[in-house]
Amino acid sequence: MRIVVDLTRCQGYAQCVFLAPEVFELHGEEALLYNPAVPDDQLERVRQAAAACPVQAIVVGEEVTVSAR
Amino acid sequence: MAVDTLLERITDYANRPDPYPLYAELRAAGVVRQTDGSYLVGTYSEIVALLHDPRISVDRRNLAAPYRGWVDEDQSVSFILLDDPEHYRLRSLAMRPFGPPHSPGRIDAMRGEIAGITEDLIEALDGRTRIDIVDDFAYPLPVTVICRLLGVPREDEPTFREWSAMIIDSVDIKPGEDPTGRQRAGGQARAEMGRYLVDLAEQRRGHPSDDMLSAFVNDTDPAGRLTREELATTAVLLFVAGHETTVNLITNGVLTLLRHPDQLDRLRHQPDLLPNAVEELLRYEPPVHLRPRTPLANIDVAGTTIPKGASLVLVTASGNRDPKRFRDPERFDPTRRDNQHLGFGSGVHICYGAPLARIEAQIALGALIPRLGTATLVQDPPPYRHNAMLRGPRHLPIEL
Amino acid sequence: MPGDLRQGRIVIVGASLAGLRAAETLREEGFTGSLTVVGDEPYPPYDRPPLSKQVLLGKVAADATGLPMRRDPDAQWRLGVRATGLDPVGKRVLLADGQSLPYDRLLVATGTRARPWPDPREAALEGVFTLRTCDDAGCLAERLAAGPRRVLVIGGGFTGSEIASVCRERGLEVTVAERGAAPLVGALGGTLSKFAASVQRAHGVDLRCGVTVTALRGNGRFTGAELSDGSRVDADVCVVAMGAVRNVEWLADSGLAASSQGIACDAGCRAFDRYGIVTDDVFVAGDVARFPHPLFDYQMLSLEHWGNAVAQAEVAAHNMVSSGPLRRPHLAVPVFWSSQFGLNIKSVGVPTFSDEVVIAQGSLSDGRLVAVYGYRGRITAAVTINMAKWLEYYQGLIETAAPFPPGPGAADGRPLVAEFSVPSNVPDPKGLFHGPTVALTGHLPDYRLAVGRPAG
Repeated sequence: MRIVVDLTRCQGYAQCVFLAPEVFELHGEEALLYNPAVPDDQLERVRQAAAACPVQAIVVGEEVTVSAR
Repeated sequence: MAVDTLLERITDYANRPDPYPLYAELRAAGVVRQTDGSYLVGTYSEIVALLHDPRISVDRRNLAAPYRGWVDEDQSVSFILLDDPEHYRLRSLAMRPFGPPHSPGRIDAMRGEIAGITEDLIEALDGRTRIDIVDDFAYPLPVTVICRLLGVPREDEPTFREWSAMIIDSVDIKPGEDPTGRQRAGGQARAEMGRYLVDLAEQRRGHPSDDMLSAFVNDTDPAGRLTREELATTAVLLFVAGHETTVNLITNGVLTLLRHPDQLDRLRHQPDLLPNAVEELLRYEPPVHLRPRTPLANIDVAGTTIPKGASLVLVTASGNRDPKRFRDPERFDPTRRDNQHLGFGSGVHICYGAPLARIEAQIALGALIPRLGTATLVQDPPPYRHNAMLRGPRHLPIEL
Repeated sequence: MPGDLRQGRIVIVGASLAGLRAAETLREEGFTGSLTVVGDEPYPPYDRPPLSKQVLLGKVAADATGLPMRRDPDAQWRLGVRATGLDPVGKRVLLADGQSLPYDRLLVATGTRARPWPDPREAALEGVFTLRTCDDAGCLAERLAAGPRRVLVIGGGFTGSEIASVCRERGLEVTVAERGAAPLVGALGGTLSKFAASVQRAHGVDLRCGVTVTALRGNGRFTGAELSDGSRVDADVCVVAMGAVRNVEWLADSGLAASSQGIACDAGCRAFDRYGIVTDDVFVAGDVARFPHPLFDYQMLSLEHWGNAVAQAEVAAHNMVSSGPLRRPHLAVPVFWSSQFGLNIKSVGVPTFSDEVVIAQGSLSDGRLVAVYGYRGRITAAVTINMAKWLEYYQGLIETAAPFPPGPGAADGRPLVAEFSVPSNVPDPKGLFHGPTVALTGHLPDYRLAVGRPAG
């Protein structure tokens, strides 16, 4: 699972950090850093974080896979 | 009926079970001055704009005299009633032992403990055919959790329950009623509860334990120090908010699911939907309905000028049902997408305890749902608590 | 509604954020034809902002920033192959491998690349880096992890400042050389650039402003640089962060209005040709586009912003499969962010489109503030530092062209008044090492029109 946070929307509510602190962290008081490649044992927490984001800024999905041509 | 009596009707206890038709009326009417001089806003985009507007104050001392009611100028208030920069300073201090950036894993680490408390409560229901969701489950769960988190002895519950009730009654909105009596009583309860909590904290000074009261008095960073007064107001706020709101969220959750057996069934088979379902509950039946504010300047809202110092009530629970923002808003849909609800507010005053409430609700409902297979509501609508701002059932008797 | 717009062949050149989001949106909009996405890098679409932050900090691997799909666009991905030309008459995209791709509609989303150090021999010294791709980030992260004695960053724009921030966080000595008066001055103007300079110095950055780097030294390996003030910086890593170059060379013979400032397009993302005539089958999105914006006097804007790439790609994709009246304009107000030295910097509007600035909330001394920018008496931009929750209020003021300075009554007790407003001191970008991430590029959709001649 991959994630990207639309930091254009993010307002620093940090709900994701509470719910999945191994994937999301605050850098200083407000700036968000995160691990785009979600470890398998964090999938459930990241889904909770994505649901809880007050500005719905967390996009969850699979990476593009390119089949051999 | 006249729209200028909407606030009276919304806060009228008779309408507690179903205020939503009144909210629809409010959204259609726009921003209208009420008989008591206050202004109501119930449309989503206007509420969101006001919650992010730096000209809007939460500090009651900015209310013009006729709206102010009784304010004890000597008693300090918690950050929920303060504007920046004081609000920011105190909220950041309160956040240090609770969440990021200083304690990012604190709430996540409580999941196991919350699950354990939930299991104990559910085990105690074994063999019973009739239970009260509030008294048997939705109230004791968050109270036990907040007691453990703050470091308050659970057995003192009868004492603090009474204080808490007086405090939330003092902040409720009751147009046309002289608030002096209940506001005085609330002030006194706040002072007493503050002394009680500060005493508990002081016992831990120099003897740190794993709770927030201890963390507040043992923070070694001078930047992390709260004064005694600040500690009192902050601890009272966290303690009261910690057990007067989540109870509504869990109870409203059970009520809503029993009213929507198809969705209950769906969640039983797809527990993955639960985080989303909790967000939908926060939209559909939020624990907090009204948020009082006041403008620091004359402001225009949807064509109406709200004068500086006027009482302004943001009906966030109405914004949550605004059809201009949410498709099919009267429908409870646990799979709803793009759900930017106002259940916890928005902007700098967004609910401090939101992550804890979410985890408690997810664990509580997740544990309860498998048991609700054949459950039925004994009484629908159930009896509600008096509070209009913190709306939720007083009891929710069900047959298992 | 002609059904053929939902079918046929669409080619997207550019397999990064804009290309991916456009591909997804095309399918969401009901496009059922064949969809091909061409990318010169061999990797599936990945996210670049983490490269100068998480990746350089060593928290995330350089190859781990792949973008999630919002839905599978069911596209053919031609990755690792560069587009070399465009035949607009024959409607074919020419590829470096000699093949060509026929299209009915084309989206150009080729973005930018890092501006290289101008002397190729010096640029080739081992230890000299640029930062744009995940390969760049991987190599640089490895060097930073090895603990160089000093890093020289050339350019104090957002990327350069973020790199300097990472260096300090990793405990590395770092020198930032900036030709302008202060870091970030090209994007944020004078007042906040002074703040940025003080933040950098407080974090131990050796900040040199008003200087140019005249030469990179080294014998095979980079060892230091000469500065225009006669001083020398000894360092073993050099990061050239002198802004971006738009990837338009492949369109040189295409007849499109492509220049170093980007490819001019209309508000509906349709490319102009070199005569200023709008095409109807070539669309543009992302960093490589320049488009007119009504809030900024219809000046052509080039935005190197993540949010713009997404928004413009969505509008372009919608318009590619919609006929005339159903098309939408790309009117989003520019928003960007940067995180550095523990600060969250966000901007809305165009700060460089300003003549005055006022601190409306917070303060420079608190390190939390909202700066509001005005141009001829109306609000055109706002920048928050660690106060992002207020940004959308100011966005509303920009969108409604509210008067500058903002009215009184901020709840934080600092009156919003005119007496504190000062000139915004936006410099001419030509005097900077770092390119601004918003470029106002004049009113003419195609400045080459004056020299253009019909072929043959």
